[in-house]
Amino acid sequence: MKLIPDLIKKITNNEIWRSVFRHGYADTPRNRALQIISNIWLHLHPVKVREHGTKIRFTWCMGGITFFIFLFETITGILLMFYYVPDVNRAYADIVDLMYVVPFGRFLRNSHRWGAHAMVITVSVHMFRVFLTGSYKPPRQFNWVVGVILLVLTFLLSFTGYLLPWDQLGYWAITVGTNMARATPFLGHEGPFSYILGMRPDNDIRFALLGGTAIDAPALLRAYVWHCIAIPVIASALMMVHFWRVRKDGGISGPL
Amino acid sequence: MEVRQEKKGMIELKDDKVFTWPTLVAKEFLAAIFVTVGLLFYSYFVDAPLRELSNPGQAENPAKAPWYFLGLQEVLVYFDPWFAGVVLPSIIILGLILIPYLDNNPKGNGYYTFKERRFAVTTFVFGYIFWYVLIYIGTALRGPFWAFFWPWEKWTHDFPTPPPLHNLPLPLGIILMCGFYFAGLTLPALFKKDFFMKLGIIRYSLTMGLLLTMIGTVIKMVFRLAFNVKFIIATPWINI
Ligand code: HEM
Repeated sequence: MKLIPDLIKKITNNEIWRSVFRHGYADTPRNRALQIISNIWLHLHPVKVREHGTKIRFTWCMGGITFFIFLFETITGILLMFYYVPDVNRAYADIVDLMYVVPFGRFLRNSHRWGAHAMVITVSVHMFRVFLTGSYKPPRQFNWVVGVILLVLTFLLSFTGYLLPWDQLGYWAITVGTNMARATPFLGHEGPFSYILGMRPDNDIRFALLGGTAIDAPALLRAYVWHCIAIPVIASALMMVHFWRVRKDGGISGPL
Repeated sequence: MEVRQEKKGMIELKDDKVFTWPTLVAKEFLAAIFVTVGLLFYSYFVDAPLRELSNPGQAENPAKAPWYFLGLQEVLVYFDPWFAGVVLPSIIILGLILIPYLDNNPKGNGYYTFKERRFAVTTFVFGYIFWYVLIYIGTALRGPFWAFFWPWEKWTHDFPTPPPLHNLPLPLGIILMCGFYFAGLTLPALFKKDFFMKLGIIRYSLTMGLLLTMIGTVIKMVFRLAFNVKFIIATPWINI
């Protein structure tokens, strides 16, 4: 039974394959190192890692999966942007079109939606794992802090996306959410001590979030810009810091 | 790998390193494939929700935030919005950020252990579970007008009127509240001296302050459910 080796030989031992890949891959330590070093995407990794760090039972793979879902959401999100216009007169109709008219539109929207939920779950499971392995302890304290900010950003990403379909579900969910801002101490017009700063419905923190006193066109545009541009950019920047720190702090944590 | 080893002797570092390629990369690749297939499979069969066009004149009942915020919305039953919606989440975020600076137990760095960090693990796991229990209640057990329904009950609009709530008298409320934080801050320091000494006064106060706020939130809920107490402290300016 050498089915697989035979098959590999069949596939690689012909003119077409060799015209594409030029030379074979000899499994030597040097080549294993080169695979990482000379690949722009893979060189995010170190060439060697401590063995326990590659175990799924140690990391649960949750940080990596969170990052992957972020990429997945970026791609499906860009595709959705081709069809969706953040205009109160159009937004809902665009979503309905996606669901019933656009080829694979329903599939596209579903996967973006479920991916968002999945990311919220995986990021919090990742945090749970990092806590249980005590990986926030020196020297990784600051990477935990970066992580907490990423956690909050993940929530906000999902939250801002919720309004975009402009349906009853999103509209009232965002109403409930942003009504909290009214009650902010000092800064919301219904919050404790807000009279000190002279807060009114049309100048408090909720007004700043919504761009108005009610959820209307400006709020939809703001949600859209935060969701599609501002938060992804900030989160990407912080992820770079996060990954860079994982390596600078000595790679995946482990027993000494 | 850099190792902080002030005052420690030489540490023999195990050379247990393996090549990233293919050990880790293969696993990442598989994980990515599984996640993609899982998501696409699910998306093929289950549609994302879409209700009618938004209508500011017709409120949803119940109007619910996205599920990951329903824990906070559930807390709203027991506290005023400034606390449930703004101050409590801020304290949670701040508390999470502070964890690495408060927990100065050097043990359990980089491996799973309960024995070596009982307090830290218990506290965190309790908070984590509590957060999801509240989310479950808010998502599954709250119907119209945020009334409570068991999973086997049907959501209806005619549920029994909840019993009237009352506030604690102000002096009693203030005594209870101050007593709670005072006792919570001093007693462990007196009876668990080594815990206090290890943390030092600043870490200790912050840790206990956060812990007491978490426990206090639970206690307030119990007060409401068991004794129909609306507010522990009720003043014209602020209610807790
Ligand atoms: C968008 C969100 C996040 C992404 C994409 C992300 C990604 C990652 C990845 C890929 C790793 C490598 C190890 C692993 O996969 O477990 C990692 C490690 C780490 N993450 Fe995250 N993370 C995120 C959020 C968080 C959060 C919320 C926290 C904590 C509050 C956190 C704290 C850490 C720490 C301390 C490490 C080092 C762990 C160790 O060395 O064992 N991260 N993260």
